[in-house]
Amino acid sequence: MAKKTVKQNEIGLTKEDYKGEPTTLCLGCGHNAIVGQIIAACYELNIPPESVVKISGIGCSSKAPTYFMDRSFGFNGLHGRMPSLATGALFGDTSLIGIGVSGDGDTASIGMGQFKHVTRRNLPLLYIVANNGVYGLTKGQFSATAEQGLALKKQGQNRYVPVDIVWEAIAGRASFVARSFSGDPQQLKALIKAGIHHRGIAVIDVISPCVTFNNQDDSFHSYAWGKSHEVALHELSFVPPVRAIKVHYEKGESLEVSLYDGTHIILKKLEHDYEPTDRVKAFQMLEEANDRNELVTGLIYINPKQKSLFDLYDLPETPLNRLSNEKLRPSPESLAEINQVMF
Amino acid sequence: MAKPKPESGEGSKTKKVVNEFSINIATVNGSGSQTANLTLLRAIYKMGIPVSGKNIFPSNIQGLPTWYKIRVSKSGYAARAKKTDITVAMNPKTFRDDLEDLAPGGLFLYADHIKESIDREDVLLCPLPVKNLAREAKPPRELRDYIANMVYVGVLAYLLDIQMDTLKNALDFHFKGKQGPVELNFSVIQNAVKWAEAELELESPFKIQPLDLTDGFILANGNTAGGLGTIYGGMHFVSWYPITPATSLPEAILEYAPGLRKDPETKKSTYAVIQAEDELASIGMVIGAGWAGLRAMTATSGPGLSLMSEYASLAYFTEIPIVVWVIQRVGPSTGLPTRTAQGDVNMTYYLGHGDTKHVVLIPGTVNECFEFGWKALDLAEKLQMPIFVLSDLDLGQNQWMTTPFEYPKTPIDRGKILWEEDLEKIKDDWGRYLDLDGDAIPYRTVPGNRHPKSAYFARGTGHDDYANYSEKPEDWEENLNRLKRKFESSRPLLPEPEISAQAGATNGIIAFGSTDAAVREASDHLAAEGVKLDYLRLRALPVNSQVLKFIRDHPRVYVIENNRDGQMHSILSLELPDFPSELVSLSHIDGLPLSAEWIKEVVLAEEKS
Ligand SMILES: Cc1ncc(C[n+]2csc(CCOP(=O)(O)OP(=O)(O)O)c2C)c(N)n1
Ligand code: SF4
Ligand SMILES: [Mg+2]
Repeated sequence: MAKKTVKQNEIGLTKEDYKGEPTTLCLGCGHNAIVGQIIAACYELNIPPESVVKISGIGCSSKAPTYFMDRSFGFNGLHGRMPSLATGALFGDTSLIGIGVSGDGDTASIGMGQFKHVTRRNLPLLYIVANNGVYGLTKGQFSATAEQGLALKKQGQNRYVPVDIVWEAIAGRASFVARSFSGDPQQLKALIKAGIHHRGIAVIDVISPCVTFNNQDDSFHSYAWGKSHEVALHELSFVPPVRAIKVHYEKGESLEVSLYDGTHIILKKLEHDYEPTDRVKAFQMLEEANDRNELVTGLIYINPKQKSLFDLYDLPETPLNRLSNEKLRPSPESLAEINQVMF
Repeated sequence: MAKPKPESGEGSKTKKVVNEFSINIATVNGSGSQTANLTLLRAIYKMGIPVSGKNIFPSNIQGLPTWYKIRVSKSGYAARAKKTDITVAMNPKTFRDDLEDLAPGGLFLYADHIKESIDREDVLLCPLPVKNLAREAKPPRELRDYIANMVYVGVLAYLLDIQMDTLKNALDFHFKGKQGPVELNFSVIQNAVKWAEAELELESPFKIQPLDLTDGFILANGNTAGGLGTIYGGMHFVSWYPITPATSLPEAILEYAPGLRKDPETKKSTYAVIQAEDELASIGMVIGAGWAGLRAMTATSGPGLSLMSEYASLAYFTEIPIVVWVIQRVGPSTGLPTRTAQGDVNMTYYLGHGDTKHVVLIPGTVNECFEFGWKALDLAEKLQMPIFVLSDLDLGQNQWMTTPFEYPKTPIDRGKILWEEDLEKIKDDWGRYLDLDGDAIPYRTVPGNRHPKSAYFARGTGHDDYANYSEKPEDWEENLNRLKRKFESSRPLLPEPEISAQAGATNGIIAFGSTDAAVREASDHLAAEGVKLDYLRLRALPVNSQVLKFIRDHPRVYVIENNRDGQMHSILSLELPDFPSELVSLSHIDGLPLSAEWIKEVVLAEEKS
């Protein structure tokens, strides 16, 4: 009998090499789907796991990094403070790929400040918000993204209007902003791939149902609602640089966005005629979709030319964390000169 | 016609006070007096007389009263002097208080446009035609007020015999050689001297005579020193958020690092500085950087330190090297943000929830700020923990005479980091939290290491020796006990206390940080009155065996500090084995640096009781 061959990617790794610890999230939790698509995307992009750093806050969502890519460094930090940890860590070696995972509470409540500032600084980081409209880990309180009027078991009705993470990210001048849905794995994977190749912050707000505390059919963050209200802005594909583009779209049917490293995102038009390159149009589109009760998904805003945080620093080729000691301590003569002028 | 200048020194009728007096310059905040004050300070220093300057300033940009106190002391005393010998009154609002504050026989210089009544006859009065003299120099309108301050510099130079070339030197230094402002300011000084020669009949009882006591010293503040020490310590990453009185430390890094920390070959920067959105973010970035193998530092003061508490606990638990400078100011709350204190000893030592405790380095001189700047980075990486450096406004922002910064004697210590080639040699799995060497310090890898075995998962939750999530009671307890062993093992590695013994002393004093100058001065005065005390200056927490021995060897030890509750006293009391020695807390806080007079008074009272 022929030995079963295990599929490998171009760097000779199997899917297994991209796996993490077995998940301890609830069966059916949207966050598990995100984990699955991160694994698939990194495998397909032939990324060595050692060149990825995973950073998260606190929450069920923030546990996700434990469940993918064991061979990548990870840091599960403080509630709402993933961005600061990621910022410092990525300065260590700017060639690393940062994947940050956060929740709606983690990002839009306690972490709103750091979220806004990391988008403004355009840190090269894939920033995934696993958005379930609820606090999963503390067992079912309203999060800042919960819709007004949502009823939860012990909480009664939500009084307040929700925060829209996509809106906030665009207003915060993030250079790549998308929305997706745990129930739409193909789109999610394409967005993750594009986000990884984008030089700058790539915020993906993923509606990721909490099956235990907020999956009632009429809840805006449930599978049922998502399935029946999702309107994809486009059919999205990510094209690595070396491949000639084989698929031909009719002129005017698709839009191609080139990323800094020669990769492309191809957005094939669906019923909406939407170009994700204008902030004002993005806000308008979001408002209109909101009025129509639609869950619009896809790439909502992108500016591949915006300078990333690291473009603003004059850093050496060698990662800072590999500089030899001699490069770090100025000479004794320089100190003698300083002593001369200290008065 | 110029009157002959009266002879100064031993020969003249009134006895002169030479090189041992204090000047209090009262101005309005934002009026540009800092240039004038520093020029005076530097000129006196250049004449070889030990001198120190303290800025007593308000939390305000413009308008509130501010004082600059210069202490000239051939004995080398640098603490705040309670007594004022010379007053320069430029602020109408504080005029009466400033006049009252002057010691009998003192010299009172004041701007002659201030129309306040003067009711003291036991002081020498000297009105200054500030406005006229400033106008004569024809400065641009917007500079007129600034320039006016040079009038008191000139008149004081005349009265005290400060050499003109040293003033010129000081201005050159201040304006970094820019001739325009140097000439403008210097011309006001010269005009003022000419006026004084022509008009003043007054003879100053206070004089400056050149000495050589500042040879081999420098004049600097602790925050500049701390920033430079950090640069020479090989920092890669600084993140900070502005707060008085910490701000000038990262700002010193912004000033000096570009010149000092360019790679000679590539001309690229070997470090990065980020001004964060708040202190939660600044310490978070620093922890991320420390985790990723960068020597990382942040600096803050009380309110910012409070915000850092949750992250401090994380860094302690995940064993990430970081350095946090704490430049203390007066709390609780916003407190007196521009006044000095030592009120964050407890908070710093115990910052964070759970069983958290930190190593704290406590510089007491400007030179030590430089030394601890680089040492803290070494200790953090060696011990894999946050290292706090506890300074204060008085040490950090004021100008002190100090020995020159010494180039680090030991090479940069990166601690136990494993790179690809190290992992290649290890057959089995390595464990991030395994105590292989029996010193409670594990090995670590850092992101960027591309070896397939390099990665580990850092987390603030319970973990086993291999960094796997664990809620097992024994894993938790073993790990926490190892952290305690690691903390304990730091004691002999930390800066030793500095002990000054006096023959015939029975009791002792323990103090720390910026109060050193006041304690030394008080010790001299106490000794003169027959009270001899040994003195130990703490330079780190946790304390080492020398501190315990010092306490054991003295039946009574006074713990002197600038806070209300005697925080160091309480820490020492907790750490002490059951010694019969009596630890007496002498603490005091009012926003000002402790004075030698206060220390002497309270110690004498205790000694007599
Ligand atoms: C400073 C702080 N406050 C509160 C908590 C408790 N806490 C843990 S997770 C969480 C909410 C998580 O919600 P979200 O980010 O939406 O993640 P989810 O569990 O829904 O995926 C809270 C409030 C904490 N860990 N730290
Ligand atoms: S509680 Fe909700 S968010 Fe948490 S794991 Fe379960 S389903 Fe997911
Ligand atoms: Mg949530």
